[in-house]
Amino acid sequence: MVDAVFLALSVLTIGSAIVALEIRSLIYGSIALMITLSGIAGFFLLLDAPFVAMFQLSVYVGSIAVLILFTVMLVRRELIFNKIEDKRRRYAGIGLMLALMLGIGMIIIGSGMKSMETNSPSVDYKKIGEDFLTYYSPALIVMALILASSVVGALTLARREDITNDQRTD
Amino acid sequence: MTNGLIDFVLVSVALLAIGIYGMSVKRNAIRMLFGVEMIINSANLNLVAFARFIPNSQGQTLALFSIAIAAAEVAVGLALVIVAYRMYKNIDIEDFRSLKG
Repeated sequence: MVDAVFLALSVLTIGSAIVALEIRSLIYGSIALMITLSGIAGFFLLLDAPFVAMFQLSVYVGSIAVLILFTVMLVRRELIFNKIEDKRRRYAGIGLMLALMLGIGMIIIGSGMKSMETNSPSVDYKKIGEDFLTYYSPALIVMALILASSVVGALTLARREDITNDQRTD
Repeated sequence: MTNGLIDFVLVSVALLAIGIYGMSVKRNAIRMLFGVEMIINSANLNLVAFARFIPNSQGQTLALFSIAIAAAEVAVGLALVIVAYRMYKNIDIEDFRSLKG
């Protein structure tokens, strides 16, 4: 059986995920997305993975959500509150969502996962650091290169070519 | 642990379905990115949940890699949104006509 903390966390996570997609203002939407990501970090804490939880908090809530918030603020004001969508596509989307939830949910409930519980002690997070520095160290280096190249790519994409330094007014 | 594996997997399925709904219905480019974020997060939750119940440490390692790659993806995605906004003065994906092949 689930406990109260789990129930509260799942209501918070899924509720704010729906709010993030459905609320009119994009700014409130990104704050709701922040709450969803923090809820996922709470699930990681429940799963005895404190290192992943803190990583999630620092990367998602600390950087990605703030990045999204600033991008939303760069967009014109009426576009933030503008909400155009097809009625028919919306109902089809809700139907697809419910069908996915029910279908995959039924399959999972019917599978043998139901009886899976564990009493074994959780993995020590020192093991993760060991993994990173021994077996996964090439992957870590590749990941660092990917991050660096994506940051350079994002800067190149978002740069304005029509403004030179002497034209700047500030 | 009082919570079984199935509880976490069900929450992850719900989040996945909401993310797919957001990606398929919303026409706002930033809201579509919200949907992508939710899908990635449900995958991470699955990884960590299965890693807890097996138990091993590789699942958590893979989740950390996945979070870092997602950060890179969002940076590039938001840069693309800004470029498209500068070109079309709009973030409605129906307006990005010349992106259609």
